[in-house]
Amino acid sequence: MSHVAISHKKLIGKLLLAVAAAFAFGFALVPLYDVLCTVTGFNGKTEGGPINGFSRGGLGNESGSGSVAAAPSRIDRSRTVTVEFTGTVMPGLPWDMRPLTFSKELHPGELHQVIYLVRNTSDRPIVGQAVPSVTPGQAAQHFDKIECFCFTQQALAPGESREMPLLFIVKPEISSDIKHITLSYAFFNAVKDKTALNIRE
Amino acid sequence: MSQTTTAPHDTHHDTHYPGGITRWLTTTNHKEIGSMYLIFALIMFFVGGAMILAVRAELFQPGLQLMQPEFFNQLIGIHALIMIFAALMPAATGFANWQIPLMIGAPDMALPRINNLGFWLLPPAAILLTLPFLLAVFGIGDGALNTGWTMYAPLSVQGGIGVDFAIFSIHILGISSILGSINVIVTIFNLRAPGMTMMKLPIFAWGWLITAFLLIATIPVLAGAVTMLLTDRHFGTHFFNAAGGGDPILFQHLFWFFGHPEVYILLLPLWGLMPHVLATFSRKPIYGYKAQVYSFIAIGLLSVVVWAHHFFTAGLPVGALLYFMYSTMAISLPLAVLFFCWIATMWKGAMTFETPMLFAQGFIIMFGVAGLTGLVLADVAADAQYHHSYFVIAHFHFALFAGGIMGVMTGVYYWLPKWTGHMYDEKLGKLHFWLTVISFNLTFMPQFFVGLAGMPRRIPDYALQFTEFNAISTVGSFILGFSQLIFAWVIYKCIKGGEKAEGRVWEGADGLEWELSSPPPLHSWNTPPVVK
Repeated sequence: MSHVAISHKKLIGKLLLAVAAAFAFGFALVPLYDVLCTVTGFNGKTEGGPINGFSRGGLGNESGSGSVAAAPSRIDRSRTVTVEFTGTVMPGLPWDMRPLTFSKELHPGELHQVIYLVRNTSDRPIVGQAVPSVTPGQAAQHFDKIECFCFTQQALAPGESREMPLLFIVKPEISSDIKHITLSYAFFNAVKDKTALNIRE
Repeated sequence: MSQTTTAPHDTHHDTHYPGGITRWLTTTNHKEIGSMYLIFALIMFFVGGAMILAVRAELFQPGLQLMQPEFFNQLIGIHALIMIFAALMPAATGFANWQIPLMIGAPDMALPRINNLGFWLLPPAAILLTLPFLLAVFGIGDGALNTGWTMYAPLSVQGGIGVDFAIFSIHILGISSILGSINVIVTIFNLRAPGMTMMKLPIFAWGWLITAFLLIATIPVLAGAVTMLLTDRHFGTHFFNAAGGGDPILFQHLFWFFGHPEVYILLLPLWGLMPHVLATFSRKPIYGYKAQVYSFIAIGLLSVVVWAHHFFTAGLPVGALLYFMYSTMAISLPLAVLFFCWIATMWKGAMTFETPMLFAQGFIIMFGVAGLTGLVLADVAADAQYHHSYFVIAHFHFALFAGGIMGVMTGVYYWLPKWTGHMYDEKLGKLHFWLTVISFNLTFMPQFFVGLAGMPRRIPDYALQFTEFNAISTVGSFILGFSQLIFAWVIYKCIKGGEKAEGRVWEGADGLEWELSSPPPLHSWNTPPVVK
């Protein structure tokens, strides 16, 4: 029977290796998922330098102003797209936020600016981080933010209000099926510790 | 199949075994461990059942009568985890322990000590899962896991200590399942009787083999997901926290990458069992053995690539929706092959309707309902209406109660005389079947209707127009729950005594396990039989 015992060990070794591989695969899905979202626009993750830099965990780590999206090739005046602006302050952040413009009808390719008004309602200074999301997801790849308060962390003194600008272009390559886009910001209390696992690369 | 007969052993060396509880703690015998798995599963079946009866009592009429929503939320999540991880999976592992060595002519499982460890990990895991209920009574923490069994982030990131208990419980349950799976695979690959090729393997063993591979592929992913949850909760990582660049939807992907194959993990051993029972009571050979084995493999492979149909409404791109819809529907093809083979096995057979056969018939019909309603849910356009409604609850209870639990009951009635050496009480068995099948439909049929009408799941209160259907459902659930006491009684009676069972318990039964006496000696197939 010793012969059998040896082949047991081999097979067990292979199976344990498979278990370890499956466990590693679970963790590998984390960066894979990020890549997939960026490529497909799934989950409204927007393409383009600064946002990418952020979603890979570099909070407040502006990956260079050189990553501004390429200038629009043309302005498509044959159609219009309506962009709605919303914002939510997440629990744990005693701030107020609202867009000064709620909605804008524009031609794809035009450069536009909107302003969000953000106020710290507490009596202590707080650093916040806005996370953008574009709906529908397919529009996310064609929604370029040239300048955005979400590129960096925002520090507000007690009671301070600030007008935060957003400069964006809806690229003319966007599908003509999409007539309506919603840009939503979730403002979070900025994360202090940047642990190794936070940086997903 | 032909084989040498086993010489009945004298039980002389049994005297070396320690007595009392030590014997059960240290046993490495596949039959004893199998029995422990099955008894544990039965106990946890009643624990999980009692929880859901409390839920159904609360849902008897609208408004909050018996409990606060927080407690309600704990009950539904723990009910699901107990039924899946502590009742259905251990029951299937109990079957594997008892039957696979008997059916393939092996003296025991290949890794007996691992087998013992695999079982004894279960009770601590079950205690971890339910302990927070008790702790809350003494004012520690705010109760058990209250997020539903899916533990979706960010809710689970914010939850109380119940989430941590559940995470560790899942880790332990996962280790137990993986040990069991490795044992099954090694046993089937290495310990088959001489002459038993893979394509002569009993089909029950094939079903379990695919289950074991699925467990090895997916349980570690779940372990990884809950580990990420744990580090998000306590160690400042941001896998699922959008503030730190994470994504809560990622959790749903990880969870269902495990969660969908889990459905087939629960069902494949029972699909493997069905052909044996149908062939026995139709007195015909199994129809389409190869087709069924290939269908098992096809379902196993497909099951790991369809997970996102559990969250069609989360905002997937159209391309992904279409892919997951069609791949999900593709699973119905190998399943249809199985249904065809099951029916063809009975076709023109000399059928008799003993309790196991009744349960097998009930299984086929009601599992068919689960399959058909599953096709409806797989339709992306329709799913927006059905998603997170009672329709889903009814669907997966047709799959996991009618398909899972009733499948287990089929196996218990089929093999109980072999295990105990006594016939069970046929009258009580039939009574148990009819009460179960009628009250099951009384419980879950109305849930299709309230779900379609828009009643969301995981809600302790509901709109007035759902009252009648919910009242019917609650009445059905209480009959269903209390009918199971008959099941426990039949098993107890059968263990204690009854008409002597022969080696070949059923006249139409075919397979190595029926060549042994009933009950088989503690050590069987020490000389492997030769299969020609």
